[in-house]
Amino acid sequence: MYEASRTARGRATDAESLAWLDALRGSGRRHDDAVAALHALLLRAARFEVARRGGGRSGELADLANQAADDALMAVLRKLHTYRGDSRFTTWAYKFALLEAAVKVRRRAWQGREVPLEADGWARLADTSASPARDAESSELIGAVCAGIAEALTPHQRTVLLALTVNDVPIDVLAERLGTTRGALYKTLHDARRKLRARLAEDGLALDSATQGGSA
Amino acid sequence: MSDRPRTSDLLGRLLGPADPELTCDECFEQLDRYVELELDGRDADATVPGMRAHLEGCPACREDRDSLAALLGSERPPG
Repeated sequence: MYEASRTARGRATDAESLAWLDALRGSGRRHDDAVAALHALLLRAARFEVARRGGGRSGELADLANQAADDALMAVLRKLHTYRGDSRFTTWAYKFALLEAAVKVRRRAWQGREVPLEADGWARLADTSASPARDAESSELIGAVCAGIAEALTPHQRTVLLALTVNDVPIDVLAERLGTTRGALYKTLHDARRKLRARLAEDGLALDSATQGGSA
Repeated sequence: MSDRPRTSDLLGRLLGPADPELTCDECFEQLDRYVELELDGRDADATVPGMRAHLEGCPACREDRDSLAALLGSERPPG
């Protein structure tokens, strides 16, 4: 029997989670059985995610789910020492399978497809700002945003901002094409947004009412 | 008909959240804890500051959050 232990944040780690940890850290048959059970759990999560996103032949989707479960298993075993018991072990493990499956599905959807160029982003922005129904306040703001993007951002920040927010390129796809990571790209996006906000604030433009209801 | 929602959405995506936010790596690290707190009806945003703002600004992390919540929700008994 396992007794509940307490994490640094005060949450009691449940007995089932402790049993998973104990078996996975152990050896022999018990360890092998635990790894097999973990793979089955991750495969269920990967299949759930692939089915949720759909859009493909069933054999191809089954392969994606299997690859995602295999990769997630490696990630979970590699990071086992970082599990702190802040959630149930199965919840913690699930997120690795969901991430692997989501990234694979997004990349598959963009396979053979070119990432839109910065010029496409500018064209879409121009299209938005040219709408006849736009009120004066919105027109001024869109114009100032375009000027801010052109003048306040570095070329790399401009490329990343327009690709992710205007051209709707998934961040994992852009990261793969640019040979970088999701975290590094989001940092670039965050810095670009901060610069843009600062520039608009310098221009005395009210941002909160303009972006209310909008999500990134 | 006004296209204000479309403009607002575009500006929201371009400018991102105004509040301090987690990074993608920090978000992933906290995601399991955050979603369990949400599903348990507890104040996840107060417990994990910066998560809500990050989810507003990062569609990929938001999808990860939605997927984990949906998966856990599908395993919970109804009611």
